[in-house]
Amino acid sequence: MNLNEHLAALQIVVPLLAVPLIALLQLRRMAWLVATLTSLMAFAIAVAMTVGVLNGQDYQYFMGNWQPPYGIELRVDALSALLLLVITAASSAALLASYHSLDTQIEPRRHALFYAAWILALAGLSGIAVTADAFNVFVFMEISSLASYVLMAGGPDRRGLPAVFKYLILGTIGATFYLIGVGLIYMMTGTLNLEDMAQRVTQVADQKPVLAAAGFITVGLALKAAMFPLHLWLPNAYTYAPHVVTAFLAACATKVSLYVLLRFDFLVFQDNLVSHPLRFASLLMPMAIFAILIASAVAMFEKNIKRLLAWSSVAQIGYITLGASLVTVSGLTASVLHIFNHALAKGSLFLAVACLAMRLPGLQLRDLAGCARSMPWTFAALVLGGLSLIGVPGTAGFISKWYLISALLTLGAAGVALVAVIVIGSLMAVVYIWRIVEQAYFQAPSNPAAPAAEAPLTLLVVTWVAVLANVYFGLQPALPLALSSSAAAALMGATP
Amino acid sequence: MELLGYYNYWVFAVVLCLGLYTVITRNNLIKKLLGLSIFQSAVFLLYITMDKVDGGTAPIIQKGVSDPIFSNPLPQVLILTAIVVGVSTTALGLAIVVRIKESYGSIEEDDILARDSEL
Repeated sequence: MNLNEHLAALQIVVPLLAVPLIALLQLRRMAWLVATLTSLMAFAIAVAMTVGVLNGQDYQYFMGNWQPPYGIELRVDALSALLLLVITAASSAALLASYHSLDTQIEPRRHALFYAAWILALAGLSGIAVTADAFNVFVFMEISSLASYVLMAGGPDRRGLPAVFKYLILGTIGATFYLIGVGLIYMMTGTLNLEDMAQRVTQVADQKPVLAAAGFITVGLALKAAMFPLHLWLPNAYTYAPHVVTAFLAACATKVSLYVLLRFDFLVFQDNLVSHPLRFASLLMPMAIFAILIASAVAMFEKNIKRLLAWSSVAQIGYITLGASLVTVSGLTASVLHIFNHALAKGSLFLAVACLAMRLPGLQLRDLAGCARSMPWTFAALVLGGLSLIGVPGTAGFISKWYLISALLTLGAAGVALVAVIVIGSLMAVVYIWRIVEQAYFQAPSNPAAPAAEAPLTLLVVTWVAVLANVYFGLQPALPLALSSSAAAALMGATP
Repeated sequence: MELLGYYNYWVFAVVLCLGLYTVITRNNLIKKLLGLSIFQSAVFLLYITMDKVDGGTAPIIQKGVSDPIFSNPLPQVLILTAIVVGVSTTALGLAIVVRIKESYGSIEEDDILARDSEL
């Protein structure tokens, strides 16, 4: 048996098998250990497939050996490999960090079930990235969403509950819209396999139902991806979730919905509907511009660090959709690259916040006053992550913004105006990161008698690994760049 | 009457809007969840109605029937999965409402917002 052929299926099967095992384990440290090992194994599978994809291999797997279009096909190309790397790495890092961080947030007796839900979310998210079947995407989307509602509702703050309830309502509406869209397309084409769908959509005589399907799918996924102005669930859900959960889901949950949007739109609709690129761009671009400007502005006035970073996530999703709305290879490259780089930056920032939360009484900005003196390593990580978020040269954030700007400049005058939007957005990012720095470094400590100590070593090490990955991929962007440019070429490949 | 010929799709659209309207306008969290269930049921109707073939039977091979007409079983299978998803979403939603009631003492959205702003 050649293991390599089965990697795509193992990516889902390994976490799914581990879930009941973890749920049954009574000892919380054992549950943590098994969950972390599972997540690391998933990461290893993702790395192995990335290496394969970079060497020109295309992973295809037919579930139960039913050939497509009848059976469910799993498929891993450059885009899904990049997503899998992000998902599994974020999950592994956040799980390693949860060893200390979770103790203060969730009662010990519920740890095992919590980790089971975590691995279920991991399986769902990886499933979305792996599958090539439209209905399968819906099923995995609901698996991951239901599990992440459970994870987010686990926090100690009661305000998390209404926030999760709102997320549950809006997330379900989004997923149901997607389901309606898939149903309409199935009515017109009779297939659920994305590749097959792309070929059959061209033969459909009446385009109206397909057009309606495109609308339902785009809006449904935009809701899941928290695209402005459909982001209302995100800030509170991220703020009151347990810190490690925020680090995990902020890095990958919304990105995965964006991935489905890109895949569906560029594979099935882009080439086959009349004047679709224009409609796609005229929907996404204004939403992206408003996201960048308005969400960054809100973040500048936010007093809670977690909510500040959550608003900044809404803005960063704007950069990703802005790149995609150009419908060019260079724009898509920038967009996919930003999915990777923003996950790095936001993941490490939320891990740093988890470090802070271990030692500080609260996460309001005033609670940070003067703490940089007693927690130098944590704050250095926070600052480096912030620089990557702003897009300072030498960090990962710079690379994707650079590609986005060079993609925009090919558009002429309109492009220059959009570059101005990006520059303004980045300047606002400087402001909100600076507010953290100012509080932490330049204010007198509020309680000089008992300065906060440095966070536990394992937590700090994980945070620093994530932060150094930002610097590494800022200086050596070859890996994400190769993946995202070949992903963009493949997505645009249908369009001559 | 071509419009009336599509009456099952009209039912789908009306039920969908009713569900969505309930979710948006109701203040009570349980009623919101009920609206969400109605909204999802509408989609079940869409899937069930699309597989119906005039005069179609169950897709089972029978002796003596050489060229049977049968309804498409795939959408039914799909929607069975979606129904399961809907049930678990409602269950999870209700569980969250129980916890909201425990910690806030209310399941009216206004009250909950008011209680948080008191702090």
